[in-house]
Amino acid sequence: MTAMEPDFIDLDGVEKVFEVRRRVGLLRRERRRVRAVDGLTFRVARGEMVGYIGPNGAGKSTTVKMLTGILTPSGGRLRVAGIDPARERTRLARRIGVVFGQRTTLWWDLPLRDSYRLMHRMYRIPDARFRENLDRCVELLDLGALLEVPVRQLSLGQRMRGDIAAALLHDPDVLYLDEPTIGLDVVSKAKVRGFLRDLNAEQGTTVLLTTHDLTDIEQLCKRVMVIDHGRLVYDGTLSGLREAGAATRTLVVDLEREVPPIEVAGARVVRVEGTRQWLAFPASASAAPLVAEVAGAYPLVDLSVREPDIEAVIARMYAERRPVR
Amino acid sequence: MASGRVATAAEGLRAYGLIAVMWIRSTMTYRFSFAMTLVSNLVVNFFDFVVILLMFGHVRGLGGFAFGEVAFLYGTTSTAFGLADLAMGQVGKVGRRVRDGTLDTFLVRPAPVLAQVAADRFALRRLGRLAQGLLVLVWSLVVLEGVEWTVAKAAMVPLMTVTGALIFGSLMTAGAAFQFWAQDGAEVANSFTYGGNTLLQYPPSIFAGELVRGVVYVVPLAFVNWVPALYVLGREAPAGLPPWAAFASPLVAAGCVALAGLAWRVGIRSYRSTGS
Repeated sequence: MTAMEPDFIDLDGVEKVFEVRRRVGLLRRERRRVRAVDGLTFRVARGEMVGYIGPNGAGKSTTVKMLTGILTPSGGRLRVAGIDPARERTRLARRIGVVFGQRTTLWWDLPLRDSYRLMHRMYRIPDARFRENLDRCVELLDLGALLEVPVRQLSLGQRMRGDIAAALLHDPDVLYLDEPTIGLDVVSKAKVRGFLRDLNAEQGTTVLLTTHDLTDIEQLCKRVMVIDHGRLVYDGTLSGLREAGAATRTLVVDLEREVPPIEVAGARVVRVEGTRQWLAFPASASAAPLVAEVAGAYPLVDLSVREPDIEAVIARMYAERRPVR
Repeated sequence: MASGRVATAAEGLRAYGLIAVMWIRSTMTYRFSFAMTLVSNLVVNFFDFVVILLMFGHVRGLGGFAFGEVAFLYGTTSTAFGLADLAMGQVGKVGRRVRDGTLDTFLVRPAPVLAQVAADRFALRRLGRLAQGLLVLVWSLVVLEGVEWTVAKAAMVPLMTVTGALIFGSLMTAGAAFQFWAQDGAEVANSFTYGGNTLLQYPPSIFAGELVRGVVYVVPLAFVNWVPALYVLGREAPAGLPPWAAFASPLVAAGCVALAGLAWRVGIRSYRSTGS
């Protein structure tokens, strides 16, 4: 890989304002300006794998569309690999791969192989390189039996794998994935994640991943960016995100018989259901002394520790942020 | 800037060719089904043709035009429209792509969007319409009487089919560009293209003067065939145009292409700023 390029993806005060026309009454229309992205500034280094998350309508897709040159920013400065996507869309297109989870970039009525053949010519991929990349994708994404099947006959998971392969045949420097595991079964999800991890590690492809499935982030991304109302509200590690949300872990204990809520230092009971009780304690604290104390004072049968739910953490962050705005 | 345009046009033609070939190959894999659609298209178009023959068999002429002359008008506009429909007919589907968001996938590929939209689902079965137009045109040249052929007139026949196709293609493209704002605008665009084609199949003398003037000066459809065809037939140009106007049709076509290209670019720019 080339030397460090800390600002391979570079956004500086990027804005996107939409004008929404709404019908008011019979003929009158009201114009309203909506800031989908509001002063977004961040950098992604070459070879990083970053999770980009946020609630629906937070501006995730709008950001990805600006990064790929589909949408023109209303303000600010944006560069991907030194290219201004809005001005040099087709030049950028050769260096990026895009996977939209909800819709395919493949030709719906044609077999996968035909789509790939067209990509080969359209992107002017050298023959040897194309064959090598296709063989690798076919093997790792298990596409061998699917190449002659029209895309519309593929299952969602098969199609997604086909789409990911299509986005990578031309050796893009950057891969954007918009909800790549949405609607996939457990096996397909694992396959896709494993492939992406290897791709990033071996080819050094920079990956930006938007997702609702936080397991994707947990398993793939060291860095997470959280966007809400078009602004970056968090940028850092996943564990830092948990702390930022003042997260708690949960100790679940099963007792021999029903007892009143357990009283121990450093934890509080949040729920009681028959012989089972839930104790919340700070995510930064160790579970061992707590377990020892409970086991010493109560008739313990079984226990488990639950990690903080990232979704709850993010939800709490949003809830805390809202009054500030 | 100009060299950039040329490079873009070359890229567009290349992408168009690649996509069209892919679709042709894919239809060819189902040879039987392709043969069936082609045959059924030819049959439908043939019956169209028979209807025209029957009509001409009963009517001596139309609006002062002999039936060979009317057939000539029909053949020239149908050929031009058939060419345009074969090459650009799919651009009218762009409104649906804007609605369901699939246009985005075209925008992330390294090829001009217009070429990708136009070549999408390229279908050779649309040759049926073109074949029918050509058939009528050739037949009309056989039965035409009283035309004093010159080199200029002979050259005008192939030239007008090409310039006519360019004018129709431009209208289709401009109509498609309009769909970036009015996503249901396909019908409006069709009324100009399909409607224009139907209009031009008949001599201008049967229509009201205002309509003819509109077709000459506002939407320059008359340059598809009326103006050059009337020159070939040795008749007066419509709406008071001078006789040399026939030779201006390539210029009119070039103007239409430029305007349509502009409209398309404005449409794409609008899409990229609003995302819908």
